[in-house]
Amino acid sequence: MLQRDYTTSQLDVLEAEAVHIMREVAAEFERPCLLFSGGKDSIVMLRVAEKAFWPAPIPFPLMHVDTGHNFPEVIEFRDRRVAELGARLIVASVQDSIDAGRVVEETGRRASRNRLQTTTLLDAIEDNEFDAVFGGARRDEEKARAKERVFSFRDEFGQWDPKNQRPELWNLYNARLRKGENIRVFPLSNWTELDIWDYIRREGIEIPPIYFAHTRKVFERDGMLLADNPWITRGEDEPVFDAVVRYRTVGDATCTGAVESAAATVEEIIEEIAATRITERGATRADDRASEAAMEDRKREGYF
Amino acid sequence: MDILRFATAGSVDDGKSTLIGRLLFDSKAIFEDQLEAVERTSRDRGTEYTDLSLLTDGLRAEREQGITIDVAYRYFATPKRKFIIADTPGHIQYTRNMVTGASTADLAIILIDARKGVLEQSRRHAFLTTLLRVPHLVLAVNKMDLVDYSQERFEEIREEFTSFASKLNAPDLTFIPISALNGDNVVSRSENMPWYNGSSLLHHLENVHIASDRNLVDVRFPVQYVIRPQRATDPALHDYRGYAGQVAGGVLKPGDEVVHLPSGLSTRIASIDTFDGPVEEAFPPMSVTLRLEDDIDISRGDMICRPNNQPQAAQELEAMVCWMTDASKLGPRTKLTIKHTTRTARALVRDLHYRLDVNTLHRDEAAASLGLNEIGRVSLRVTQPLFVDDYARNRLTGGFILVDEATNNTVGAGMIVEAR
Repeated sequence: MLQRDYTTSQLDVLEAEAVHIMREVAAEFERPCLLFSGGKDSIVMLRVAEKAFWPAPIPFPLMHVDTGHNFPEVIEFRDRRVAELGARLIVASVQDSIDAGRVVEETGRRASRNRLQTTTLLDAIEDNEFDAVFGGARRDEEKARAKERVFSFRDEFGQWDPKNQRPELWNLYNARLRKGENIRVFPLSNWTELDIWDYIRREGIEIPPIYFAHTRKVFERDGMLLADNPWITRGEDEPVFDAVVRYRTVGDATCTGAVESAAATVEEIIEEIAATRITERGATRADDRASEAAMEDRKREGYF
Repeated sequence: MDILRFATAGSVDDGKSTLIGRLLFDSKAIFEDQLEAVERTSRDRGTEYTDLSLLTDGLRAEREQGITIDVAYRYFATPKRKFIIADTPGHIQYTRNMVTGASTADLAIILIDARKGVLEQSRRHAFLTTLLRVPHLVLAVNKMDLVDYSQERFEEIREEFTSFASKLNAPDLTFIPISALNGDNVVSRSENMPWYNGSSLLHHLENVHIASDRNLVDVRFPVQYVIRPQRATDPALHDYRGYAGQVAGGVLKPGDEVVHLPSGLSTRIASIDTFDGPVEEAFPPMSVTLRLEDDIDISRGDMICRPNNQPQAAQELEAMVCWMTDASKLGPRTKLTIKHTTRTARALVRDLHYRLDVNTLHRDEAAASLGLNEIGRVSLRVTQPLFVDDYARNRLTGGFILVDEATNNTVGAGMIVEAR
C-alpha cells in the first residue's frame, strides 16, 4: 500500500475519505443509523464502518427498509452478516405501512412497492428519532445524485431541496440540525461501480450469490429480464424461460432486472463491468425508467 | 492507480460541457443508455446535434432553464488514473460553487474561447483558483478550429493571461490549444496544430505530478473521535484508547515524539492502528487510529503535532472569506459558528478590511459588508483557540467554514492568511 513517494491508491483514498465521514457522523450526531439492504454498496459501506471504529463495535444500529419482495438469498446473507458483527438490525417493513393504512398497495401489472418504501423509511426515521442516516448511494449512479452532497440535509418532511443545498468544502461537513430534521449521509459518494467491485475483490468481501451467474426462471419486460416471482403480475405475452443471469443491483424483486451473464467470480464480474456500455441503473432498474427526472422526484420526497 | 480531482470552470459558450462530454465519451465513461437519453432529449427539443451538456445538467430546473446551478461531480478513469471532475458553472452568481469545487481540487481547467480571448470571467476563475490554492492550473484555449488553428492567436492569449497570472501568485500553469468539438489535443495530439509541442489535455491530466502537493512536512493530526471498545470480549482491549482521525499533514511513525494541543504535553506514538493491522507510517489522506505511550486527556477537536513544529493556537484570525448566502450579510459584529478541522467554536467578526472585486482585484476598503458571492479580508475572534496554519501552507488546517446559528446553513468559507 505504501510507496516511498507517498502515492496513495484510489481505493485507499476513497476508503480513508469514507472512514473520515463515518467518524464525523459518530462524533457529531446523537442517533445515527446505517441502511443495510444486503446489496453490494451497503455491504461495502458496512465494511468501511467496521474499519472506522475498530476495535470497537460499530456504534450505531443498522436498518433495512423491507418491501417484503425480497430475494431470499439476500435476506439470508443480511441476517448472517448482522449476526457476525453482533450489530442491531431494525427492519422497517413496507407491509406494516400497508397494514397500518399509511400507504396503499399499487395494483396492476407494473405494481411495485418501490415508491412505498419512502413512507416506511420516513416513518422509521421519525419513530426511532434518527438524526443521521447512512446510505450507500454513489454519485455515478444517476444524474440527480451527481449533484447531491455527502451530508444531504432533509427537512422535517424528509424532503431534499436540490436548489438549496449546503456548500461542502474541503473535508468539513456541517452537521447542525433542528429537532425533526435529519441528514442523509453518503460516504461512498465518490466511488464508482467499478471501485465497489475492485474493493470487494481487494478485501475479499462476501456478497450474496445472486450477484454471480446462475440459472433462473425469468421473463422479458421493457428489454429487461425480471425474475418470475409471486409478487409480480405477468401478462400472457410475457412467457417464462430459463436463462443464465446475474444481478448488477439488488433491490425490490418486482422492479430489479437481471442481466444475461456468465460471470461466476468477482474477477469475471470486474472484466464484464469494465467492458459494459450500459449503466447499472439503466440496465436493471425499472423505477428509473419512469421519466427523465424519476430519481430526482423520488429523492425530493425523501427516497434514499 | 491514484486519483486526480479537478475542477472545470467556464460557461456553456466556452464549450465546457462539450469538453467534459468528450473526456467522458472517449474514456468510455458515458454509457449507451445515458447517450441515448441525451440524444432523445436533444431530438425532442429540436436540437440538431447531440447536446452533451445534458449529461451534466441533471436537475429538472437546470434542464428547464438551460443553466447549471450546482456543482456536479463526474467520474472517469483511464488505465493510469481515476478522475473526479467537479463541474462548476461559470456565471458570476455561482462563485460559491466554484469555491466549493476548487476546495478539494488538485487541478483546475479554465476554458477560454480562442475567438474571445481572456475575458473578465476567465480572470475571475483564475483568481478563485489561486485563492483556493489549487496547485495546478490548465488554460485550455478552446475553439482553435474557429481561428484556423492559429499559433499566433494562441500565443497572444498565452501572453495576456501570463501577465495577469503573475499578479496572482499562480501555481503551475499549463496552456493547451484544443478543439473540444473536434477532439483536437483533447485525448491525443492534433495534426492540425503541428506547431504545438506539448501534451494533449488527457495526457497532461494523467501525468501531472500531484503526490508532493500534500503537505508531508508539518505533522498535523486533528483528533476526530476517541475509540474505547466498551463491550469488548477481549480483555486486552479493556484499556484500549485510540485517537482516530485523518492525517492533515506530515508523516507520523511509531516511536515519534509528539505534542498534544491544547495541553502542550509530550508523549510518543505507541502504535498506528488500522483494521488491517498496525502500519509503519501514516500521511495524508490516511484515516488511522493513534495510540500514545502516556495517558493524556485527549478529546475531539484537539491536535497532535511535533514538538518543534506546531500550528498556531489562535483566537484572533485574519482570513479571506467567501460569503455564500443571500439570506444575510457578513459585517462587523456578525456572530457565527466556525468549524475548523474537527473543532467547532463560535466566532465574532471584528472587522471587514476590504471587499475584493474578483474581476479587477480592486480592494474596496469602504465596504461595510459582504453579500452573496462576495469575497473580503476579515478579522475574526474565536471563543476558543483553533490550531491553525496559513492556508497557503496547508489547505486542511488553514480552511474553515462558517455556519449561521439561526438557520444552520453553511454561509461562509474562510482561508486563513495570518493567525496570532
